[in-house]
Amino acid sequence: MAQRERPLSPFMQYRWQYTNTLSILHRITGVLLSVGFFVLVYWLSAVAGGAERYARALACLGSPLCQVALFGALAAFCYHLLNGVRHLFFDMGLGFERVTARRSARVVSVMAVVLALLAWVALRHSLGGGA
Amino acid sequence: MSLRSPLGRVLGSGPAKGGSAHWVAQRLSGVALVLLGTWFVLSLACLGDVSYQQVSTWLRSPASSVLMVLLVVVAAWHSSLGLQVVVEDYVSSRGTRTAVLIAVKFSLVAAAVLGVLAVLRIAFGVAA
Repeated sequence: MAQRERPLSPFMQYRWQYTNTLSILHRITGVLLSVGFFVLVYWLSAVAGGAERYARALACLGSPLCQVALFGALAAFCYHLLNGVRHLFFDMGLGFERVTARRSARVVSVMAVVLALLAWVALRHSLGGGA
Repeated sequence: MSLRSPLGRVLGSGPAKGGSAHWVAQRLSGVALVLLGTWFVLSLACLGDVSYQQVSTWLRSPASSVLMVLLVVVAAWHSSLGLQVVVEDYVSSRGTRTAVLIAVKFSLVAAAVLGVLAVLRIAFGVAA
């Protein structure tokens, strides 16, 4: 006897659209920024620890791996901030129309990349590991 | 076979009653972080370099100390609210979920206290 077709949850049926990607990216960047928060605290503690301790922390943060991670955190920050504002509009019931939601998605994605690069250029000379 | 009525089985097992405070707090802290986060990144960019001298002088001023304490506290709060939702959504086993939530909240509170203490030490010049 053939198994009866069971109903599927809505999320199993909807076609994946790029607005879905933005939504999940908001979560992923949020989790990354939570990790970044611990780096911020580490940095503040290093400043409080005096010049020598700070120099050591800066040398650590200046390593290539940390620089990549810091750029990632900066990009995550820009994206999460912009998309967070987009979500605040959604929460007020604005911008749900398909055309508007897609346009705001494009604006947020492009602006996040532009802002991250701009901020990195502005910060690069100062975050270059104290060099 | 359970003798409990269908209503009795579901009462108290839903997420109802306390959700809106969490939702509002998440948005409110988000709005605050738009301002505080922008302030932090812009200030760092304006410093020119992040030498000990520059950074400690900047953080020692009353305005930056206050804003920095606010940034640390609000960021930890927002992070705690957000991570809670993520954990609740993806960790299905009840025991693991509770354990992860406790670990997340404990470490965020500990980090926030460390951060605030660091700012106060800088502001009041406890370190050399």
